Amino acid sequence: MLIADAFFYLFATTCVAAGFMVISARNPVHAVLFLILAFVNAAGLFILLGAEFLALILVVVYVGAVAVLFLFVVMMLDVDFAELRAGFLDYLPIGALIGLILLVELILVFGSWVITPEISAHITTPTPPIDKVSNIEALGLILYTKYIYFFEAAGVILLIAMIGAIVLTLHHKEGIKRQSIVTQVGRTRDEAIEVRHVEPGQGL
Amino acid sequence: MVEFFWTYLWPLLVIVAHSLAVLVILLVSIAFLLLADRKIWAAVQLRRGPNVVGPFGLLQSFADMLKFIFKEPVIPAGANKGVFLLAPLVSSVLALSAWAVIPVSQGWAVANLNVGILYVFAVSSLEVYGVIMGGWASNSKYPFLGALRSAAQMVSYEVSIGFVIITVLLCVGSLNLTDIVLAQSGDYGMFNWFWLPLFPLFIIFFISALAETNRPPFDLPEAESELVAGFMVEYSSTPYLLFMLGEYVAIVLMCALTTILFLGGWLPPFDVAPFNWLPGVFWFVLKVCMMFFMFSMVKAIVPRYRYDQLMRLGWKVFLPLSLFMIVAVASVLHFFDLAP
Repeated sequence: MLIADAFFYLFATTCVAAGFMVISARNPVHAVLFLILAFVNAAGLFILLGAEFLALILVVVYVGAVAVLFLFVVMMLDVDFAELRAGFLDYLPIGALIGLILLVELILVFGSWVITPEISAHITTPTPPIDKVSNIEALGLILYTKYIYFFEAAGVILLIAMIGAIVLTLHHKEGIKRQSIVTQVGRTRDEAIEVRHVEPGQGL
Repeated sequence: MVEFFWTYLWPLLVIVAHSLAVLVILLVSIAFLLLADRKIWAAVQLRRGPNVVGPFGLLQSFADMLKFIFKEPVIPAGANKGVFLLAPLVSSVLALSAWAVIPVSQGWAVANLNVGILYVFAVSSLEVYGVIMGGWASNSKYPFLGALRSAAQMVSYEVSIGFVIITVLLCVGSLNLTDIVLAQSGDYGMFNWFWLPLFPLFIIFFISALAETNRPPFDLPEAESELVAGFMVEYSSTPYLLFMLGEYVAIVLMCALTTILFLGGWLPPFDVAPFNWLPGVFWFVLKVCMMFFMFSMVKAIVPRYRYDQLMRLGWKVFLPLSLFMIVAVASVLHFFDLAP
C-alpha cells in the first residue's frame, strides 16, 4: 500500500499543480501543455483505482485528439493577453458566482455520501465486481444493456453535432478547379494522348 | 527489511533489468536498421550507400551518433527554450516507452498488460506532441507549418488505425497483445494469421502506419523540398538525434505492431518440424525486418502525396472502408457464431 499511496500523492499533487498552472500560465500554449500534464496525471489516478481502460481512453481521446486540436487552435491564435487581462475585474463576479455554484454542487454530491451511506451501494450495483470481470467487460455490460438508450442517444447527438459543424463550415465555391480523382483515374490512353507522326520540317 | 527488499525492491530491480535489456537491444538494432534503410534506398537508386565507416559501412550509424553528440546544440534566440528542448525528449521517450508491452516471444514482454494494445495506441497517439511542440517552440515559419501539418495528419490517420485495431480485437476478444498473437495460431499456419482473413485492413493499417510515423510518401511535416526539414529545421546535435531516434523507434514499433496484429507475432509460418525448432524471437525479428523492408521500399519508390490528397485518403477512403469493415466483421462473427 505504501507505494500506491506514494504514487497517489505524486499524481494528485502534480495534477492539482498542473491545473493551477493552466489558469496562471502567461503563455496560452504553456497553459494547454499544462492541461495535457493534468490529463495524464488524472489518467495515472485512474490506473491506481484499477480503471486502466478508462485511463487509457482518457489519454487516447483527450490527450491524443482533443488536446491536439486545442493546441493547434491556440498556437494559431494571436491573442494579446495584456488586453485580455484588462477586463479581468469586470468578469470576476460572474466567474466567482459560477465557481461558487460548482463548489456548492460538489459539496452536495460528496455530502450525500456522508448523510446516506447506502447510496454508494446503489451506485456500484450496475457493475459486476471488478475482481471477477475485467474493466472493459464491466463497462460493456452496463453500457450495452442497462444504459443502451442513453448510449445511443449520446452517439446520435454527437453525430448531429458533427454534421452541424460540417454544414456550417463547408462552402462550395463556384469557379475553382477541383481535382476529381474518379475522372482522373478513369481516363484511358485513347482520350488522354494523341499520337501524331510529324514529318521533318513541316510542323503540326 | 528483508521483507521490504523482496516485496518492493527486488521486483523493481527485475523490471529495471528487463527494461534496460529491451532498450539496449532496441537501440543497437535501430542503429543497424537505420543503415539498412539507407542501404535499401541507395540500392533502389543504383548507389552504394554508406560504405566507408567499418566493413560495408556497418558502423556508419555509430559514427553519425558520435557526430551528433559532439556538435554544439544551437537554440534559436527567439525560441521557447523549455518547450524547444522538451520536444525531442517527448518524441523519443514516448516512442521507447511503447516497447514495454511488445511481446517478442511467448511471455517475453516487460509488462504483460491486459490493455496492451490500448497502451500502445495511447502512446503512439501522444507522439504527435513531439512534432507540434518542436515546431511551435522553434519560433520560425517552416517548423510551424510542419507542426500544423503533422497535427492534422497524425490525428486523421489515428482514426483509421483505431478502427483497424478494433476490428482485430473483435476477432480476438482481448486487448492483451499476447492473446492477440495466440488467437492467430491454428492448423493452417501462416494462412491463419489475420493478414489473410482481414486482408484489406492489413493494407489500410500499413498505409496508416506510414502516415502515423511521418514516413514518405506521407512525410509532409518535414517535406524537405518545400519546408526545408519541417519541424526539425532549427534543431541540431543531440536534440536532432533524439528526434531522429524517436522517429525510427516509432517506425520499428509500427512494424512490430503490424507483426503482432496481422503476421502472427512470434508464431512460425508452419507449425511443422524445421520451422518450430527455431525460437519465437527469430520469427518475430524476421517479420519485423520484413515489414521494415516494406517501409524502406515505399520510401524509395513512392512519390510524396500532396496535402489535400493525403487528407482525402485518410477521411474519404480509409475511414469509410475501415468503418464498413468493422460492421462487416462484427456481423460475420455474430451471425456465424464465431465471436470469441
